[in-house]
Parts: sequence; C-alpha cells; structure tokens
Amino acid sequence: MEVTRRLILGASGALALPGLLRAQGSAQGNAPIRIGEINSYTSQPAFTLPYRNAMQLAVETINSKGGVLGRPLELITRDDAGRPQDAVRLAGELFNDQKVDVLAGAFLSNVGLALSEYAAQNKRLYIGGEPLTDAMVWDKGNRYTFRLRPSTYMQASILAEEAAKLPAKRWVTVSPNYEYGQSAVKWFRQILSAKRPDVQFVAEQWPALGRVDAGATVQALEGARPEAIFNVLFGPDLTNFVRQGNTRGLFERRAVVSMLTGEPEYLDPLGDEAPEGWTVTGYPGEAIDTPAHKAYAAAYRAKFNAKPMCGSLVGYSLINSIAAGIAKAGSTETERMVDGFRGAVFETPAGGATYRAIDHQGTLGVYVGKTALRRNEGVMVDWRYIDGKDLLPADEVVRGMRPASAT
Amino acid sequence: MSVLVVQGLSKSFGGVRAVGDVSFAVAPGEMLALIGPNGAGKSTLFNMVGGQLVPDAGSVLLGGVPITGLGPRAIARHGVGRTFQITATFGSMTVRENVQMALLSHKGEVWSFWRPVAGRHAAEADALLAGVGLAAQAERATGVLAYGDLKRLELAIALGNEPRLLLMDEPTAGMAPAERVALMQLTRRLATERGVAVLFTEHDMDVVFDVSDRILVLNRGTLIAEGDGASIRANPAVREIYLGTGATSGGH
Amino acid sequence: MDSIVPQLLTGLAGASSLFLVASGLTIIFGVTRIVNFSHGSLMMLGAYIGWSIITRLPREPEWFVLGILLTVLATALIGVVLEVAVLRRVYRAPELFQLLATFGVVLVLQDVTLWIWGAVELPLPRPRWLRGFVEIMGNRFPAYDLFLILVGPVVLGLLWLLMNRTRWGTLVRAATLDREMVAALGVNQRTLFTSVFALGAGLAGLGGALSLPNASANLNIDLSVITDAFVVVVVGGLGSLTGAFLASLLIGVIQAFGIVLVPKITLVLIFLVMAVVLVFRPNGLLGRPQAEAREATVAAPVVRAAPRELRLLGALALLVAAVAPFVVGDYYLTVLTDACVAVIFATSLHFMMGPGGMASFGHAAWFGIGAYAAGLLMQWLGAPMPVGLLAAPLAAGIVAALFGWFVVRLSGVYLSMLTLAFAQIVWAVSFQWVEVTGGDNGLLGLWPPDWARSPRVFYWIALALAVAVALLLRRALYAPYGYALRAARDSATRARAIGLDVARLRMVALVIAGAACGLSGALFSYGKGGIFPTYISIPHSVEALLMVLLGGLQTVAGPIIGALVYTGLADILVRSTDLWRLVLGAVIVLLVTAFPEGIAGAARRLWLRGREA
Repeated sequence: MEVTRRLILGASGALALPGLLRAQGSAQGNAPIRIGEINSYTSQPAFTLPYRNAMQLAVETINSKGGVLGRPLELITRDDAGRPQDAVRLAGELFNDQKVDVLAGAFLSNVGLALSEYAAQNKRLYIGGEPLTDAMVWDKGNRYTFRLRPSTYMQASILAEEAAKLPAKRWVTVSPNYEYGQSAVKWFRQILSAKRPDVQFVAEQWPALGRVDAGATVQALEGARPEAIFNVLFGPDLTNFVRQGNTRGLFERRAVVSMLTGEPEYLDPLGDEAPEGWTVTGYPGEAIDTPAHKAYAAAYRAKFNAKPMCGSLVGYSLINSIAAGIAKAGSTETERMVDGFRGAVFETPAGGATYRAIDHQGTLGVYVGKTALRRNEGVMVDWRYIDGKDLLPADEVVRGMRPASAT
Repeated sequence: MSVLVVQGLSKSFGGVRAVGDVSFAVAPGEMLALIGPNGAGKSTLFNMVGGQLVPDAGSVLLGGVPITGLGPRAIARHGVGRTFQITATFGSMTVRENVQMALLSHKGEVWSFWRPVAGRHAAEADALLAGVGLAAQAERATGVLAYGDLKRLELAIALGNEPRLLLMDEPTAGMAPAERVALMQLTRRLATERGVAVLFTEHDMDVVFDVSDRILVLNRGTLIAEGDGASIRANPAVREIYLGTGATSGGH
Repeated sequence: MDSIVPQLLTGLAGASSLFLVASGLTIIFGVTRIVNFSHGSLMMLGAYIGWSIITRLPREPEWFVLGILLTVLATALIGVVLEVAVLRRVYRAPELFQLLATFGVVLVLQDVTLWIWGAVELPLPRPRWLRGFVEIMGNRFPAYDLFLILVGPVVLGLLWLLMNRTRWGTLVRAATLDREMVAALGVNQRTLFTSVFALGAGLAGLGGALSLPNASANLNIDLSVITDAFVVVVVGGLGSLTGAFLASLLIGVIQAFGIVLVPKITLVLIFLVMAVVLVFRPNGLLGRPQAEAREATVAAPVVRAAPRELRLLGALALLVAAVAPFVVGDYYLTVLTDACVAVIFATSLHFMMGPGGMASFGHAAWFGIGAYAAGLLMQWLGAPMPVGLLAAPLAAGIVAALFGWFVVRLSGVYLSMLTLAFAQIVWAVSFQWVEVTGGDNGLLGLWPPDWARSPRVFYWIALALAVAVALLLRRALYAPYGYALRAARDSATRARAIGLDVARLRMVALVIAGAACGLSGALFSYGKGGIFPTYISIPHSVEALLMVLLGGLQTVAGPIIGALVYTGLADILVRSTDLWRLVLGAVIVLLVTAFPEGIAGAARRLWLRGREA
C-alpha cells in the first residue's frame, strides 16, 4: 500500500551517517540547500501524508529545473508525534546535526508556535505551512517566522462576510474547545456582529476535541431553536456531528456556515451524508480549472495515483515559497533570507501569492463556496477564490497586534 | 495493678453478636491465654483490644488510661505490641532492619530524612534479636526465613516498642509442635524478665496449659470460664465444648 | 423544557456504548487482574474490522447484524492471540508490568491499524434504515440510538446469565473473588484466562462495531475510549459488571445534561464525578476491597546499598556526563538535557511508586503543574528562571498535598486511577482554559537567562539538578523516613502495629515526588522555550511508568537507567523510522517478557547470583 511505503521512505534521511551529511552540508557550491521539515506524520497522518507527497513533488519539480541558486533542494522530514516539545528537540537536531538551512512544517498550531519560538530564540528561519493560529504572525509573531496558509482569522472573516448576507438572526455556534475553536468563534462573532448588529448568538457548544458527544450536542443546539449554525468541528468530530444532525433534522431549514468543511480531508469521509448547501471554506481540488492548477493536479495524480488534497496544496506551495524566498535573498544566510522572504512572490497552484513584509503572513487565498452532493460524494460548488491579501485587517491594526521586537 | 482492664466489651456484626459483655484484666508479667472453638469471638475480641475494630460497648483501659476505639497506631503508641496470625514483617528489609524500624518508630525518629538508618540502634536491635535467638540471622533477608523464625522476628519487632502489653494472635499457628512450645517458652521468659503482660489466643492446648498463668474460655461471644490450667481442665462447660470437637491438641 | 426527555434518552444511548467497552475491561480485570490499556485498541480494531466486513455485505438489517457478530468473533480471536502471545507470559510479573505490556500492544496496534486501513477515517455508509428516527416530544430521535439504549441492558442480562447459569461463569466469578482458590481447585487456569480475554475482547469489538452507524472508524478511538472506559470501570467498582452498568448510566446521563448546562467543562465533569465517587466509596459503587493478603504475598527483594563496584561505575558515568559537552554536538547535548529531565521525572515517580507503593498513572500532572507555575510566574510577574525553578516544586508540592488528602486513603488500582483522573483534570484545564494557560498554544517565551542560555551551560544546570535530586531522594530512602515508607508498603498492618502513621508517610512521599517532578517540568520548559498541555497527556504519564518499570522498581538505580535507556531509544527510533510506535511497542513487550524485574533488576540478579544467602 502506497502510504506504507512512503512511511518507511519518509524518514530515510536519518539513516545516513550524520558525519557524511555534515560534510555535504557545509560545502557550498553545488551542495544541496537543505530544508528541514517537522510535522505530525504519525498523529495526523490523514493530512500530513498527502502534504508530504506534494512537498516531494515540488522538490523534484524545482530540482529538475536546476534548483535554487544553482543548488538542488533537499528535504529532510521528521515526525513530531503531535508533541511541540518533540518538535523543538527535532528542530535542534535538524539545525545542529543535519545542518539544514531553513526549517519548515507543522500542522498543529502549538507545534507551529513552538517552532516559531525556537526560530526566534536561535535566530534561524522557520516557515510554517499549515498551522492556523493567528498568534503565529500577530501577537506572538517574530522576525524569523513566516506562515503560508490563511489563518483562523482569514477563514473566519470570509465566512462571517458570507454569513452577514443571510437573513438569519438567531445564531448558535459549535466548536471544539481549544484555542483554534475559541479563536474561530471569537472572530466570527466579532465580525458578524459588526456587520449585522441585529444578529444574536443564542447558544454555544464546546465539545472536547476528538470526543464530541454528538447526540447530546445536536440535541442541545436543537433546543436553542436557532436560525443558523456556525460550525468549527472537523475530522471524526464532524462526521459524528453531521450524522446525528442529519438524523435529528438539525440542519433542515437552517443555514449552516462551517470552517474548513469544504476541504476534501473532511468532506470525503462524510460520503453520501455530506451536507448540502452549507457555506464553507475549503478546497475544490480537481474542479479548479486554471492552467497552473490543472498541471499541478495532473502531475500529482501521475506520481501518487491519488487526488490532491488540501494538504497537498499547502505542501506544494510551501516548497515553492521557500524556493522563491531563497532565490530572492540570493543566499542561505538567515538574516538575508528573512529580508528576502519579506515580499517574496511565489507561484502556487491556486495562484500567485506573497509573504507580506508587515506580518510575514502568506497571501495564499481561501476558497469559499457551498457544499453539494455529486454521485453520492460531497463536493464544493459555486466556489470562488479570494486572495489572501483581501482577507486581512488594515495595516495599522496588524502593526498594533505584532510585538515591537518582531521587526 | 493490672496493665490491661477490659470491661463489658461487646460487638455485633449485622445483628449477630460476636462478642458480648466480656470483662477481664491482665497483670504485668502475666500470660493470659484466650481460648475457645472456632467462631467463639476470639479474633473479634482481640481486634477490639488491638484497635482494628471499634467496640459497640464497653471499655479498654491500658495502665488505667482508656484506649477504647483508638486506631491500631495510637494503641501501639500507648505501649501495646502485637504479633499476627499470618506473620506481618517488612519483606524488603533484613532481619535486623525490621527491628531497627520498630526501634526508630518507638523512639520517634521516623521523620528524619538525612542520616542513614544503617547503624542506628543496631546494637539494641541485635540485643533484641539475640533475645529471641535470631542473632545469627540478622543480616539475612526476611523473605528467606523459616516460618518459625519469622514468628520469632515478629516477637522481636513487637518488643522493640517496649510494650507493656503484648497481643499475640495464634502465635504458633503453622508451626511444628516442638517449635510451638519453644516459642511460647521464649515468650514466657521475656514476659517475666521485662514484666510485660501477654494476652494470646491459641489452639494448641498443650501450649496453653504449658505456658499460661491464667486461661479465659470464650464461647459464642461470652466468657464461660476463667482460671488456671487445672481449674479449666476440670471445668465441665469447657470439657463439653472441647469434647464436642474432640480437639485437645492443635486440631482446628 | 421539552428537550429533557430526548436529552435523557441520548444520555442513555451514550451509557450503553460506554457499558459495552467497560464491561469487557471489567471482566478481564476481575479475573486476570490486568489493567488492559489495549482495550481501547481492541475497540478500535472492532470498528475497523466491522467497517471492512459490513461494507462488503448487503445493506439490509439482517446482514448488518451478521456483520456485527462476525466482528465480535474476529476481535475475540484477536483477544486470544494477544493473551497467548503476550499476556500469558507476564501473569507472574508484578501487576504493573502487565499494564506496560498492554501499552506496548497499544503502540504496535496503532501502526498496524494505520498500515492496514490507512490514515483516512472510515465512516460506515448508512443505509436508509439506519437513518430512521421517531418523534419524541416534538424532537426527532434516531431509531438506532433507541436500539443502542436496549443493547446495554440486553448485554448485561446475557452476561449475567453467562456468569450465573454456566459452569464457566461460576469459575469466572470464583476467580474474580479468589484466583488462587480456583487454581487450587484444579481448574485449567490458562484456558479460563484465555477465554475470559476472548470474551472481553469480543465485547470491545461489539462496542466498536456498534459505534459505526454514529461514528467513523478512526485512529484516535483507542486512547479516547480507554480513559472513558477506565473511569466507568473504576466508578462502578473493579470487576463488577452491574457496577459498570450503573456507572455507565450515571456518566452517560450526567454527560448529556452537562453539555446543556456547562458546555465548556464536559471533559472535567466526568473526572470530577469519578473523584467524588472515589472519595465517598473508595472501591467504587459496587466494588469490593481488594484482598490485603495479595500485596503481602509478593515479597519485594531486600533493598541494599549498591555494591562498591556499582558506585564506582556510577561515579564514572557522572564524570563522563560532566565532560560530555566538550565531546558531543549541540543536538546531542539537548538530548542529554532531556535525559536529565527524564531522570528527575522517573526518580520522582519511583520514590512514591517503589518504596511508597503508590503507582501513579498520572505523574505528568506534577510535571505540568511545575511547568505552568514557572510559566505563569514568568507571564504575570516576569519571574526569571531561578525563581521559576524554585516556584515549580513549591507549587507542585502544595497541589500534591491537597490532592494527597484524597488519594492516600485509596490503594492499588483505585489509587492509580484517581491519579489518572487527576492528571486528566489538570490536562483539561490547561487545554481548555485558554485565557489563563493559552490553551493548546501553550505559554511561550520561557527561556533561560542569558548566562544559562548556551546548550552547554543549560545542560550542566540540568545535570546538576538531576544528580542533586537523585541523590537527595536516595538519601531520604536510606534514612529512617524512607525505611518507614517502605515499611508501610511492605505491610501496612505491621507498620501501624509499631506505631507508624501510614497515611502521613504516604502523603509526604506524594508531596516529595510531586515537588521533584514539578522541578523537572519547569526545567524541561526552560529547555524547550514553552509549555504545552501535551506535557500532561496520558502518554507522557505512561512514559514515566515505562522508565521506572523498564529500569526496575526495586533498585534505586532502576529509574535512572530506565530514563536514560528510554530517552535514547525514543530519540533514535523517532529519527530513524515513521514506524517508531511499532518498534517501540515491540521492544517494550519484549523487554517486559524478558526482564520482568526491569533492566537494573535483572543486572542486580545476575550480580547477586550466588552471593545472597
């Protein structure tokens, strides 16, 4: 099985002799540019394995075109087991032992923040791919950390905008009880209330992450008689919630606005029970017909015989962005790379993007649309792509949130 | 004056009376045997004196001070030493350390976190071990001792507390007949030397008649006879109980 | 409110699901005395196997039932394999070793499941009839949940019949009361244990398969289910089926209404219920006190001071450790620093668990409390590292003293479970109380001051603290207090009879262990630059157990060796293969079966061969 082989191959870099690797790494000239990558491969395999596939595809593509600064890219991945403390230790290994030039990775927000903290402390460059937490570039932002993917705020703000167009006034929220869920609900309420003062939030549900008691949660939401629902649940929690909601009729004649539910990682498992007509952020996958995306999707399918997932988009774009940043810096020296990454423009299958100089946030955008059923599978329809730069608050607001030390 | 005075002690379990209105006293240096058939209430009575059970009624006085209803630890602090039917020693310690532990506890030196135990009260511990004939075994692990030696170790531990009263529950259970007499004669000697009052239960009538000064006979929770060996032997009520079971020597 | 009845019914359906998993766990525990950590994994396998079977069958109800039954058979078979291949070899080992073996099995099964079924969660497609509902007081209620409500009592009834109307059941009940007696009766214990394990595994499989219409088969089932199942079994009383049923009802219903009334603290609620029940009924709702005699029969070997050769070896190792920064690179220095933290983490657990006889399944709680104490002081008052390192053990010690009041009155597995519950409460607070703890994003920016920031200096600090703590704890163990603590463990009866205050001795041990562990948590946080709820996770607590037990419970050097071996092994494995869980799990199972007295214990036995009288 494909996944298995990758699992074993994935960490093969570590088996080589450290001394040999060191000798290679320190030599300049044609020696590879080494990207150290840490992610939750064993604890979040559903998202991180397609992501790693796409990173490898991007590395191969770039190397086949001559690499960066005339040097090939080399990717070394490590498993953090879902533990930030392990990620910090491995960051040390990658920098000190494997002599990587730049650190990338993280799926979980806490791992991303831990690596970002490590980067700031040790003055090394870290590019976060998937973590969503706003803190990473705003109130905990620092000089050495960049983040690619649209943040919790960006996802919540586009959904709040869509929600403001709905007639519904009585809202309920359901969200996993941890930082991501709490921020998502906070932003959504804040932005929607600002746009629609007539809206009221009549109930909120906070199931523990990964342990939703779906029946009771649905029943409690039903009891509040809402007109619309804002959902932040994902993964197995979402599956359970949707099933109980379908049977108990929670979603009937009610608007549902839902974070990330349009990503195939979360939509596919719902199968023929995927909800119809929810307003979601996500990733329409192979339905995107821009030339850039078609070429990328075809290459991905050819290499892995699987459809690209949202994680794949992030992994692919992440490597592209790193290549572009280093090319712009013209060096792998950390301070020069920081300056190079600021304002670096890079291509992604979704379109062009840049790392904003003001807060190091990538402007990779958000797909927003509706869910629908096609051949008993959930898909996104009526979607549109919104450039990330249009989803961020005004510059002075951002400056106010970012610590002074982060310049 | 008596070391132990028990007055009107009673205990019921779920409406069944296990011990009813039992009174007796033990003098210093006296060996008092408590006998009776199985289920007579010996253990219940014993555990009320030792603090494992709280009596429903009655009082226990130790040297004139009431100890009724106190826990085993408090009763130990009042100067009551104990041995158990199933030996209870500290398996992860050597024979000497077992006794040292008792000495440390008795002298209130337990809450010390710095000075090692190793040499503390070693001589005193060895003296106690010599007293029970275990001097040669002092360095050995408790776990490898023969059963009779464990019983003697328990005695040494109990004596480490410098007790005024020694409670011995079936001290010779599980021992060979020759060993039994030896252990109880040892106890007899120590009791006399130290003026310790001893209250013990025992199945083996040879042992009982051999070493005890006085005997209490318990049946169905009440005291049916009290006296020296000869008078108990002659007591018809006692004969009836024991002839019924046919046991005069070690049977149970 | 017309939603009370539907909410109650929902709670009852949840209770049934809980009972299915808990019943198997409690039966297995009752007879074999094994705390089976892999029970959640068996349920996970039940869900996956059920998915594989049912998706291949026609979609009618009768085929669904057949699929469920086949799944039960398959998981029962897996149970047999597990029992014969692993557990049978460790029955004679101390109780906790079996727990360790089952945790090794958890790790192996995580990777095996990933390998067979892949990473993506697998929901069972629901045919129409599984989506049906009935109207109850104006609310739609799933017909399948009504069915679930019935399953619990039906399974309880069937188990009752099995236990009370068959010879096998009589033997099982007898074994639950007194294992030795059944052995004495000449019953083939092996067959009995294997069949009991098969029944328990089958029930777990049933629970997993029956969860499919409401949830998906996914890789997180194992650990999320096992804590709930532990709570139910402990609240009900270990080994009691009826107790487990009552506890399921209690927890299911409290959970359902808790969601309406206090939606933010549902996680904590369950563990609070457990804590409250254990305070009033230390053996659970219907549990019996565990036989005291059992603890006395397992004679611990005599603790003696290490021979001179070993001390020399230790001094030599210390010397090597002290000069290591001149030899190895920065990365290996951080691994060594982690090892120093692990040494404190493990020796502190050993202190309460070995000599103290209190096995904690939630030792990471103290680690986390120490870490958060240092972190919050830094955040609120800007306290620097030296202050943090002082405050951490203080805070952990104070909380340990408060918690100790509840815990020292319990014994054996109940005590372990209460520590687990406590750690889960601490974890939930750190994870969910975002305003104070930063939630899972953690507290960041906790770095050593400039003079201690270089990996070399920080390592020396860690080494000095580890050596100091290890020596101080050792000192206390050879002092009268340590002897008294050990005395209370060896025989509480005898300890009381010589006037020792058993509860107070244990309480102080808990405070010392908690404080030392808190120090390791703070030290670790300064090394990593942040504090995260993962510090308090169950796997982290199990790591502490692993280190202590792998090293050996009965020697002072054991936890140190265990900490070093485990840290090194985990570091090498994580960096060499994505299948590290499989390898680590297998290594644990092998070590447990080969060295039931731990590495240090085995070395000691070899050393002492022929020397001990």
